[in-house]
Amino acid sequence: MRNNPETGMTLIVKTITRLTVGLILLFGIYIILHGHLSPGGGFAGGVIVALSFVHLMLAFGKDIAVSRVSKNLASNLESIGALMFLSIALLGFLGGSFFLNILPKGTPFNLFSAGIIPLCNIAIGIKVGVGLFAIFLALVVLERSK
Amino acid sequence: MELHILLIFMIFAAIVAIEVKDLLSSVIAVGAVGFALCLAFLVLKAPDLAITQLVVEILCLIILIRATINKDLPLVIEGRWVFNTLSTLGFIAVFLLFSWLALRELPRFGEPIMEVVKKYLQEGVSKTGAVNIVTAVILDFRAYDTLGEATVLFTSVIGIMAILRRPGRKKNNEK
Repeated sequence: MRNNPETGMTLIVKTITRLTVGLILLFGIYIILHGHLSPGGGFAGGVIVALSFVHLMLAFGKDIAVSRVSKNLASNLESIGALMFLSIALLGFLGGSFFLNILPKGTPFNLFSAGIIPLCNIAIGIKVGVGLFAIFLALVVLERSK
Repeated sequence: MELHILLIFMIFAAIVAIEVKDLLSSVIAVGAVGFALCLAFLVLKAPDLAITQLVVEILCLIILIRATINKDLPLVIEGRWVFNTLSTLGFIAVFLLFSWLALRELPRFGEPIMEVVKKYLQEGVSKTGAVNIVTAVILDFRAYDTLGEATVLFTSVIGIMAILRRPGRKKNNEK
């Protein structure tokens, strides 16, 4: 991250952001991956992931945030998340019905358990996180570009 | 079987909505598609989606009628009052009959129906393997509803992107 004093907020905010934004992103990914074990899941974790990028944009200005996740990348990732969720649902037809849990269940309280539920959480997390960030990006960037 | 009848009715009503000349008739045909979709959700055992669809459909129908019909609503008051009164009374009788039948099926006060919830709580871990019971419900038992919610979010993002894109996209032949 370049330290350009003209864009974004002051040096204090930028330093704190540089220290914390990775942790916020990591916490969001943790919430998504542990959705079947602890409270949370795809929706809540996706919002936290989106908030880490919003944090980046507020502190460093829109250019750096857009250089990390552009609008086209956001749209593509959103579509990929939705298609991934739908294809997981359609994979259930291999076992007989829509949304059937075809993968092995595993033992409870393990990270790799519960069949397709973690995969669904990951798909929803990608979709919600990128979607909310795309809305924020549209409200910030597209409004200014007259 | 009921589902096929509903789907055929929906396709027919959609064709009517496109082909008819009158704007009010078109809006009402679109509403018929929405109500048939609500019944289809009920047949597919997703009552919460059916309730949502019903509320949204009524709201959209009111807004669409309000937006398209701004003046000169052709009201036919004269003539046929015997037929109108009799049909109104007939519909009131049918409505009262069905509501009486529905109210008799409700559980008594203080005796809630916990059958579905009891099944989820007892068999949640063994059937899905997920310890978090909320995730087990929304992503396994009721995953179809979650797919609907994800579709709502997807549509809203597309709508926001389309509305806020200020310059617009021009066709190639018009400069």
